[in-house]
Amino acid sequence: MDQAFQAVPITDRVHWVGAIDWAIRDFHGYATTRGTTYNAYLVVADRVTLVDTVKAPFRREMMARIASVVDPSQIDTVISNHSEMDHSGCLPETIAAVRPARVLASANGVKALAAHFGDLGCPVEAVADGQSVSLGGLDAMFVETRMLHWPDSMFCYLAGENVLFSQDGFGMHLASCERFADEIPGPVLRQEAAKYFANILLPFAPFVLKTLTRYRDLGLTVDIIAPDHGPVYRMDLDWILSLYAAWAAQEPTRKAVVVYDTMWESDAVMARAVAEGLSAGGAGPVRVLPMRAAHRSDVATEILDAGALVAGSPTLNRTLFPTMADVFSYLEGLRPQNLVGAAFGSYGWSGEGVDRVADALKAIGVDIVAGPVKVRYRPTAEDLGNCRAMGREVAEALVGRVGSG
Amino acid sequence: MQKYRCTVCGYVYDPQAGDPDNGVDPGTAFADVPDDWVCPECGAGKDDFEPVDA
Repeated sequence: MDQAFQAVPITDRVHWVGAIDWAIRDFHGYATTRGTTYNAYLVVADRVTLVDTVKAPFRREMMARIASVVDPSQIDTVISNHSEMDHSGCLPETIAAVRPARVLASANGVKALAAHFGDLGCPVEAVADGQSVSLGGLDAMFVETRMLHWPDSMFCYLAGENVLFSQDGFGMHLASCERFADEIPGPVLRQEAAKYFANILLPFAPFVLKTLTRYRDLGLTVDIIAPDHGPVYRMDLDWILSLYAAWAAQEPTRKAVVVYDTMWESDAVMARAVAEGLSAGGAGPVRVLPMRAAHRSDVATEILDAGALVAGSPTLNRTLFPTMADVFSYLEGLRPQNLVGAAFGSYGWSGEGVDRVADALKAIGVDIVAGPVKVRYRPTAEDLGNCRAMGREVAEALVGRVGSG
Repeated sequence: MQKYRCTVCGYVYDPQAGDPDNGVDPGTAFADVPDDWVCPECGAGKDDFEPVDA
């Protein structure tokens, strides 16, 4: 009788031995509406190597998949391309169970693993950028990819199999029984790849560009890109590589995003009036995101390919409405570039909220080109006309930068 | 002497300490650190640093 959890062959000597997480819906503040996978890979050459592990609760699934190929105690080397706990969570237990000869990580990875877990009970060796290590009849070459997305991050390339283990690079949060990107519907791949880039890699866009250049310059023969989340790419690798180049370049488009929250619907109708003005002024598509109905990680995804961000908040106790403080803090960390924008909001008496919106937009790096519009209690027809006019002004500034397409 | 912080990862260059592991002696002002020096934590260039009062 077959064991329930089997490895999936990627090439002759490389097997996927990861875990599928169908249930996760919050991944440190990222709404993983389609779940995710934690990808680990087994390389069976003259010696056996495990590339990354999985989040701790899924250890048994990974070990079962490994056991379907080899006796796990045969694992000689564990490669840790990144110490974050979705990939290292069961590393200590795995080491205790299989007793490998060594763990390989980048110099920053060695420090990070020690900081997470203390003494792992086996040698943890640093590999240098560009260093090759023999896995027994097959060489692994390491390429540091610092800040994609941690200081410890690195890629690992197997020349003998033309496989690039890209760690979190080119990954996405998508649970599926299908292991390869060509088995997944295109629109789903596109959406989840964009969401992942927007939420995880956007602050490091310049590093993405440097890595893509380095990748080209290295001239490696890569037939398969195997990330640590989501499907494996074995066809049309240019698809994801060119998307990354475009997203990292952050050229503005005519897309405009309006983000707001509301206490008594004033900011809601103002947001809609702003949207009308954005459209009339030539922006498009225009997306309106009420924060009570949108998750911060979906706002980030919408902003990835946008050229304008207009935001509105009521004033609550002399400051921003809390959901707006949340999304602003989040976006500030993501550092989207090349956005124009404006602020609006309603208030009762003190009205600090709109000034805080403007401050927040500036902290994010948005270039404020119109407004603000401040409205007391409930917007009049004239107030809504001012909202529309502000939207129009933002759109015209955007079109001025981008062209009318 | 003025300290500088990496805007990518937060590492702070303290001139009093320098970065001896990467050939920058203690007491080296940030302006005198070689142009090809990178953040020892994340690899960002000198351009990504800003002065900070820490």
